[in-house]
Order: sequence, then C-alpha cells, then structure tokens
Amino acid sequence: MNPDQQTPETTREATDEVADQSLQRQAVVAKPEPKPAPGTGAARRITVKSLNAYYGDNHAVKGLDLVFEPNHVTAIIGPSGCGKSTMVRCLNRMHEEIPGARASGEVLLDDIDVYDASIDVVAVRRAVGMVFQKPNPFPTMSVFDNVAAGMRLSGARGKDLNEKVESSLRGAGLWEEVKDRLGTPGVGLSGGQQQRLCIARTIAVEPEVILMDEPCSALDPIATLKIEELIAELKRRYTIVIVTHNMQQAARVADRTAFMLTGDMVEFAATEKIFTNPDDSRTEEYVTGKFG
Amino acid sequence: MSAVLPPVSPRRRRTDTVMRGVVGVLTGLAILPLVLVLYYLFSKGVGAWSVDFFTTDPSGRFFGSPGGVRSAIVGTVLIVGVATLMAVPFGIGVALYLVEYGKESKFANVVRYFVDVMTGVPSIVFGLFIYITLILATGFGGFAGWKGSLALALLMLPVVTRAGEVVLNLVPDGLREAALALGAPRWRVVLRVVLPTALPGLITGSLLAVARAAGETAPLLFTATIVKGTTLNLNDQMNSLPAQIFNDVRQAQDRIVERAWGSALTLVLMILLLTLIARLVQRRSRLT
Repeated sequence: MNPDQQTPETTREATDEVADQSLQRQAVVAKPEPKPAPGTGAARRITVKSLNAYYGDNHAVKGLDLVFEPNHVTAIIGPSGCGKSTMVRCLNRMHEEIPGARASGEVLLDDIDVYDASIDVVAVRRAVGMVFQKPNPFPTMSVFDNVAAGMRLSGARGKDLNEKVESSLRGAGLWEEVKDRLGTPGVGLSGGQQQRLCIARTIAVEPEVILMDEPCSALDPIATLKIEELIAELKRRYTIVIVTHNMQQAARVADRTAFMLTGDMVEFAATEKIFTNPDDSRTEEYVTGKFG
Repeated sequence: MSAVLPPVSPRRRRTDTVMRGVVGVLTGLAILPLVLVLYYLFSKGVGAWSVDFFTTDPSGRFFGSPGGVRSAIVGTVLIVGVATLMAVPFGIGVALYLVEYGKESKFANVVRYFVDVMTGVPSIVFGLFIYITLILATGFGGFAGWKGSLALALLMLPVVTRAGEVVLNLVPDGLREAALALGAPRWRVVLRVVLPTALPGLITGSLLAVARAAGETAPLLFTATIVKGTTLNLNDQMNSLPAQIFNDVRQAQDRIVERAWGSALTLVLMILLLTLIARLVQRRSRLT
C-alpha cells in the first residue's frame, strides 16, 4: 500500500539490482544496461501527491501518491478500467483533453507542479512525452516529417533538423530500417516500425519523461521484443512510465511496479517483490492470474 | 444428412425469386427518370451546340440567329467562383470551430441547429433576402453579379459546414492527441495535422456544394438577373446558365427553346465534371 519508505538513493541501488536479476532470469533483453551515473541525462523525478481524476461524475483515480524515479522504468499494472491509463494521462495533462474530464492534486516534475495555474500546458507536454497504445503516425507525413513533426509543431525552427531526425530514429532503433525511405509515408511502415517511429517522434522533442500507454498491445511478439529492448535503452536518458496489460512485460522491463485496482493504488514496490512476494493478497491474486 | 442440412425449400426459392424481381423492378423504376432526363438532354441539347453557341452572346433579335450563350457560361463560372471564395473559407472555419473548439458546448449546439435550419431554407429565400437588403435598400446600387454570388454563398455555407464537420470528425482523435502530446499548441495541431489529414474530404464537400449552387436559378433571378452581354465586371448585371435556360424555354421560337436544351446540357456536363473531380479527390483520402 505504501509507495516508498526508503530514501531515493537506496531505492535506486536496490531496484537496479533487482532489475538486473530479473533481466537475466527472463533472458529477453539482450544485454544488461550499465547503471546510469547519477545526474546524467535530463531525466526528472515525478512525484504524484493525492491525485484525483474524474470523468464527469465518475471518480476514476482516487487520491494516488507515488514517485517515479529518474532513469527507472516504472510499470503500472491492473485490470481494465482500474484507472492506470487515466493516471498516466494526468502526468502530462492529456487527461483534461477529454470533454468532461478533470483532475486535482499535485504532479511534481522535480519540484514544479504541472497543475500550477502559472504553468503552460504546452510546456508540460514538451517535457513529458507520450507514446500511445495504437501507433499513430501522422498519415499525411513522410517518415522524416513524422519525426520532424514534434519540432515543427512546437515551433522550433529548422536548425540541424536532418541531424535531429537521424539521431532520434537511431535512438528508436529504426534508422537502419528506414534510412533509405525517409520520404515514404509513415503509415506505410509495419505496425512495430510505426510504433518505433512514434517513439522517435517523441524523443525528437527531447522530453525528460516518457509515458507509454500500453505501447505494445497492438504489436506482435517480435515487435514487442524490439520495443522492450528499446525501453531498456531509453531508461538511461529518461524517466519511463509504462502502462501494460501484460504482466510478463512488466516483469521484463520494469524496475518498479505499481498495481492499481478500481482507482486505488494497491501496492507499489520493486518489480521482483510485486511478482514474487507481494504484501497485499489482491496483488498476489492478480499477478498469479486469479482475476483480471 | 438431409435432416441436419435440409435443401432450400421450393417455397423459399420462390419467395427469393419474386422478391429479387420486385427489388430489381423498383430499382429500374427509380433510375428511369434519371435515364430519361439524360436521354432528352443529349438528344435535344447536342443539336444546339455549335461554335457560335459557345462564342456568341444571345442576340435578342426575333429574326436571324438567336446567338449563343457565352455570357451565361462566363457568368455562371464567375458568379459561382466568387460564391465559392466567399462560402468555403467561412464554411470550413465554422466546421473547425464546431469540431475543434465548440464541441458539445451550448453555443456550438445552437450554431449546429441554425446550420441545419439554413440547409433547409429554400434557395429562393436567399435570393429574396439579398434582393431586399442589398438591392431594394439604397446605397448598394441595383442588380449585380456579386450579389448573386452572395446569395449562392449563403446557400453553400451550410452545405460546406455540414460536410466539413463530418470530415473533420473522421480525423482520428489519436492524431490530435499525438500532436498535443508532442507539445504543440492547439492552433498548430489544427493547421498542421487536422486540416492536411482532412483536406481531400474538405475539397470534396466544397465541390459538391459548388455543384449544387451552380444549378440554382432562383437566387440569381432577382440578384444578378438575366442579361444578354458578356461582362467580367461583378458590379454589372450578369447572365448565368440557369437564368438563361429559365428565360429561353418560355420563348415562342423553337430555335430559342433548343438553345435552352443546349444550355441545360452544358450546365449538367459542367456539374458532372465537378462531381467527377470530387470523386477522384475523395479516392485519394486516407480517411474512411
């Protein structure tokens, strides 16, 4: 129930160790990542304090408190309708785009409250990027333009655009596959490539946090594996929050895992603990497949 | 085996044959007027076509050649063109407001309601409206081509808006969300993502509105009126194909009535061309 009693320093070490063990055990991610040196990258900590989210009268997220550590992958699991997507959409204020939806509470990016009245929502979304469930490249744009879209849409002028597009595509592990057809439509790629294109588009605007809302649910296992490898890679530079229906995926990619049920946080701990020795009986029932 | 999967009973076979026949006959009956219209148009209209038909103005003389319909063709193209320039930006603007900003707000729903009402207003009422406000009222001069354009624009506005709203609603929300999540301001999302995605559909909707306006007679009769001479000045009275047809079929001379058929064929082919272009553009659309 309690998100975190340890100090951030010990948490980081402990969870990295756990993550490495789980990586070896699962033998899915190709190579164990070197531990990030503290203070590298632009990744930031997100602290959520008594977050409530509503759809009209429907109370979807009920007073959550949790912390997403920088350079860590945090997975949110839980059955459909438990509020995990809603919670993640509150982190970059996409929740309020839905008519009738509202949220209250604090979401701190390091120490800035993104819900503060003085904060520009556009700046929040630039700092907190998002990858969606369904790959959604812009249908009117080429592969190149899709990656450049983030920069163009946010009004940045075209200095070294080519370089930026290439490094983003490389960052998303897509460059080798598309370098000869940058001018072809983005929607002409395969589903898995499209999703990596969307990840490239997201990292091109240089966010500090990346939210992923079931990024692999529309993909086949091979494409899923590629995305998961990518997540392990991206962790070095970003704070990553991933919502997933797939518990094996959470076990494979996440350092820490949160289990949600009907809008409440049931348990938030190191991934290893959630899947092997959870404190709450409901967590155990869920991860062992007794419901959900 | 027959107990599990019995063959089609003779009764069902008969019913099927009869019903297929009935549906086929009804379809034929429904298409018949269309075929007849096209048949008469071609059989009577092609005879009126000649080089003079397209290159001379109506002479208005009782004896000798009645002249062609150049002024009407030029007038229709000009009046409808200007009407399009007036109606399409406004119509798409309203549609953008309704879909991207107004959504389900009270004001947006009121606008939607009035757009629907406007769609149902008879075209002659728009003509009357312009006649009363811009022609009877002093200070705006008399009959003029641009007033005809304005009447047609009023007629097109709700059609463009409605079509635009449908097309913009077809743009997946996922694209808007993707763009917003990249940190794009809403106006940029609309301009760089929503509009380009919806463009083929918007063009199609606009062309269909143009096709509808091009065939209207009533709004032009007391705004642009019927004249003989060709003019490119929108401040002058201006001829148009529907008005020319309206004028010609009432004449006693067979040659002038024949000219009406020729004009009708010309008008129908112009509209057919527009519809065809609209179809081709639609086919390029990635929205379904």
